[in-house]
Amino acid sequence: MTTHYLVLSALLFSIGAIGVLIRRNAIVVFMCVELMLNAANLALVAFARMHGNLDGQIIAFFVMVVAAAEVVVGLAIIVTIFRTRRSASVDDVNLLKY
Amino acid sequence: MGEQITFWVLAVVSVAAALGLVFNRKAVYSAIMLAVVMLSLAALYAVQDAPFLAVVQIIVYTGAVLMLFLFVLMLVGVDSSDSLVETIRGQRFLAAVVGLGFAVLLILGIGNVLVVGEPSLTAATQEAGGNVPALARLIFQRHVFAFEVTSALLITAALGAMVLAHRERTTPRPTQKDLARARFLGPQPTPLPGPGTYARHNAVDMPALLPDGSVSLLSVNPTLARHEVEGDTPATTPEAREAAVLLVAAEDREEPAAEAGEETRTAGEAEARAEADAEAPAAAARPEEETK
Repeated sequence: MTTHYLVLSALLFSIGAIGVLIRRNAIVVFMCVELMLNAANLALVAFARMHGNLDGQIIAFFVMVVAAAEVVVGLAIIVTIFRTRRSASVDDVNLLKY
Repeated sequence: MGEQITFWVLAVVSVAAALGLVFNRKAVYSAIMLAVVMLSLAALYAVQDAPFLAVVQIIVYTGAVLMLFLFVLMLVGVDSSDSLVETIRGQRFLAAVVGLGFAVLLILGIGNVLVVGEPSLTAATQEAGGNVPALARLIFQRHVFAFEVTSALLITAALGAMVLAHRERTTPRPTQKDLARARFLGPQPTPLPGPGTYARHNAVDMPALLPDGSVSLLSVNPTLARHEVEGDTPATTPEAREAAVLLVAAEDREEPAAEAGEETRTAGEAEARAEADAEAPAAAARPEEETK
C-alpha cells in the first residue's frame, strides 16, 4: 500500500512540474509549485509510516511552515510586479534578458 | 480494506483535480482545483496515521494559503487568463514531453522501493501516548532549534510581505476642494444616474431609461456591463460596453413581450421610436402606447 502512496505522490509532483513548465500566469505557476510541495509531503508521510518513526511527519510539518512563508513572500512579489508592469504573466518579465 | 477504498477514491479525485489545476484557463478555477487536491491530501494524511498533519494541512493550506491565493487573484484581476501565444516555439510540447518522461522516471524509480512488513506507526506513537504528543516530543526536544528558527522565518516573511506590498504615496492626498474642482471642470458635474430597475429587476447591470425612452449608458458601471455572451470576456472597448448595455435592455423588454404574446421590441427599435417621437409634434401619444 505504501508504494501506491508513493506513486500517487510522484504523479502529483509530475503534474505540478508540467504545470510550472507550460503555464504563463505567475499565480498559476505558483499554485503548481504548491502542488509539488504537497506531493513531496505526501511522500514524506508515506515514508514515515513505512519506516515506523515520526521523522517524516516532522519534516512534512516543517515543509508546510516554510511553504506558508514562501507563499506570503512570493505573492507579495507577484503583486509588486503587477503594480509596476500591469501584468501577471511570466513572459512579460524579461528585462534581464537583453 | 477501508484504507484501500479511501485511497483509490481520493487518488482519482486528486489526480483529476491536479490535471484540472494545470489545464484550466481561468486562474480562479485552478485555485478551486488546488483546494480539492489539498483537501484530499489531508484525508490521505489522516488515513496514514498522521491526524495532526491532516488538521494542519486543512488549516494552513486550504485555510490560509489558498485564501491568500484567492485574495491576490482578486487584486491582480480575475480575468487575467493565460495568453496562448508561445514566446518560445514548441515550448509547450517539449515541456509536456519532458514532464511525462519525468513522471515515468519518478514512478519507475519510486516503485522499486522495498516495503518490508506491514507499515505501522503504533510502535513510535504508543510510548508518548498518541500521534500529537509524540510529534510534540520530537518538535520541542530534538528539533527545538529548527522550530525556533522557523519563528524567525515566519517573522521575516511577514515583514517582507509588508515591505513588498507597501506603496509610498508620491503625490499629496487630494483634498475635498481638489475633488470638487475636478468634478465641476469635468464632463459630469452631477452624480451619475443610478441603474434602471423597471420595477421588475434590481440588478445593477440594468441600464436606466432616459425621458425619451432611450437607454442611458452612464447609468451602468463599465466594469459591471454584462460580459459578452459568447466570448465570456469582459467588454473592454467602449463600443463593446455599449453593446452589452443595450443587450441587457433588449433582453428586459423581450421578457414581458414574450409573456403577453406581444411583438418583441428591441432596444434599437425603442431608440428609433424615441427619435420619431421627439420629432413628432404630438409627443403626448407616447404614454398611451406605453400603457397599452
